[in-house]
Amino acid sequence: MQGTGPDADIVISSRVRIARNLLGHPFPMLATNQQSQEVMERLTSVGNSGRLNEIGRFETIPLSDLNELERRVLVEKHLISPNLANESRCGALVLSDNESVSIMVNEEDHLRIQCLYPGFQINEAWELASRIDDIFEEEADYAFDERRGFLTSCPTNVGTGIRASVMMHLPALVMTQQINRILSAITQVGLAVRGMYGEGSEALGNLFQISNQITLGQSEHEIIDNLHSVAKQIIEHERAARERMMQQESRVRLEDRVFRSYGILSHASIMDSKEAAQRLSDVRLGIDLGLIRDVSPQVMNELMVLTQPGFLQHTFNEKLNMDQRDIRRAELIRQHLGRKSDHGGV
Amino acid sequence: MICQECGKRPATLHFMKNVNGEKTEFHFCESCAREKGEGLASPASGFSIHSLLSGLLDFETPGGVGGLSAKPQALRCDNCGLTYGQFSKMGRFGCSNCYDQFGDKLDPILKRVHGNTVHVGKVPKRSGGQIQLKREIENLRHELHDLIGREEFEHAAKIRDRIRELERSVAET
Repeated sequence: MQGTGPDADIVISSRVRIARNLLGHPFPMLATNQQSQEVMERLTSVGNSGRLNEIGRFETIPLSDLNELERRVLVEKHLISPNLANESRCGALVLSDNESVSIMVNEEDHLRIQCLYPGFQINEAWELASRIDDIFEEEADYAFDERRGFLTSCPTNVGTGIRASVMMHLPALVMTQQINRILSAITQVGLAVRGMYGEGSEALGNLFQISNQITLGQSEHEIIDNLHSVAKQIIEHERAARERMMQQESRVRLEDRVFRSYGILSHASIMDSKEAAQRLSDVRLGIDLGLIRDVSPQVMNELMVLTQPGFLQHTFNEKLNMDQRDIRRAELIRQHLGRKSDHGGV
Repeated sequence: MICQECGKRPATLHFMKNVNGEKTEFHFCESCAREKGEGLASPASGFSIHSLLSGLLDFETPGGVGGLSAKPQALRCDNCGLTYGQFSKMGRFGCSNCYDQFGDKLDPILKRVHGNTVHVGKVPKRSGGQIQLKREIENLRHELHDLIGREEFEHAAKIRDRIRELERSVAET
């Protein structure tokens, strides 16, 4: 994620996932090794057929080729799900060279096409995912039913099989305590809100993922439109809250919080993941408000990913316990911020 | 099953807690579950969409779908072998054929999850040609009805001809 794209000051990324299954094959959860292998060969052959070339360069990676740490890094980059990483059955990942498209084979469903765009580009993500869906559909018979739509392993995905989501950074709505009211309104219009790492995780660093809940009885167009219009309104609320905070007496408090976090991130020797997420959120807000000018949002987005446990171990190429990770995390953040602040202060 | 907390109302929420390998089952009614709210919603309890679904699907409880008289537990998918009982515990299907085998029993579940039971979105191009034609005919019939209501007979005649043309191609394929 480059920290670019429309409305990138608030929307970190936009993602669309499409779930599909092959006709006649048992779903991955019940499939034997042999059956999973057949599905994998069928689907990766489409991935390798060259039809995806019109979209970009793709590489097919069998999960069995990756060790536990490599899988964990893919999870932290949101390229595969924890479910696919943990499974011993044969799965594969078809990945575009810029990592914006990741296609999972034999996750909960046979095929999961995922398109991830920086900033607020949910329509673009849907259009690309749908194009890839069409390419697979030309070569493979999908399990489809006139009444139920695309048939999926879990009844929560049946119909369109699409899950569209936007990852939003909403610090001002959290600080001004408007967030709960807004989140409860969101859930009343058929959308769901989750923390950064999906179901069951808390909203670390003021990051919220908003996604559609309903997949049956609404067209893809309606689902995307609904999410788009709700996200647009949240963007406006967050911007308004930021502006008010900058104009009122609270500005000095806000500045203090931003610079205090910047100071701690630039100098601390121990940093746990929860504190890192909160401090990075503060500094990111400071950058978006123009209070901090010599650190790019890209550095912040990188750090949000690089400071995750699996990534840290990958970067330092060693197995780390929790205390060692906190020390390495602080070191990594200092390096990144130090490098950027060599050329003049704040 | 009766709620283990109040011992009065039927239990509609079932889940299992696993603490250091020691598994404990819980069965609550909606109102006791709500009172315990915080604990249930926390990620540590392992409360997930699937345990919630399983509560929705459990037909053995009066609050569940189907009721005892339906005896859907005996239903078994002849393609993958999954029984309706297993499906209601896991909240997942075994294969696409399960949707046919469990048939109309799914409507109340889908209605609860999505508020709808019928797909209106994308249709696959290759295998869904017929379905797309049928959908188009359906839409044109609605249009025809509106046009007649507005007494726009000239336009209506054109739509009628188009419907006949599409119906012929459905019959031919």
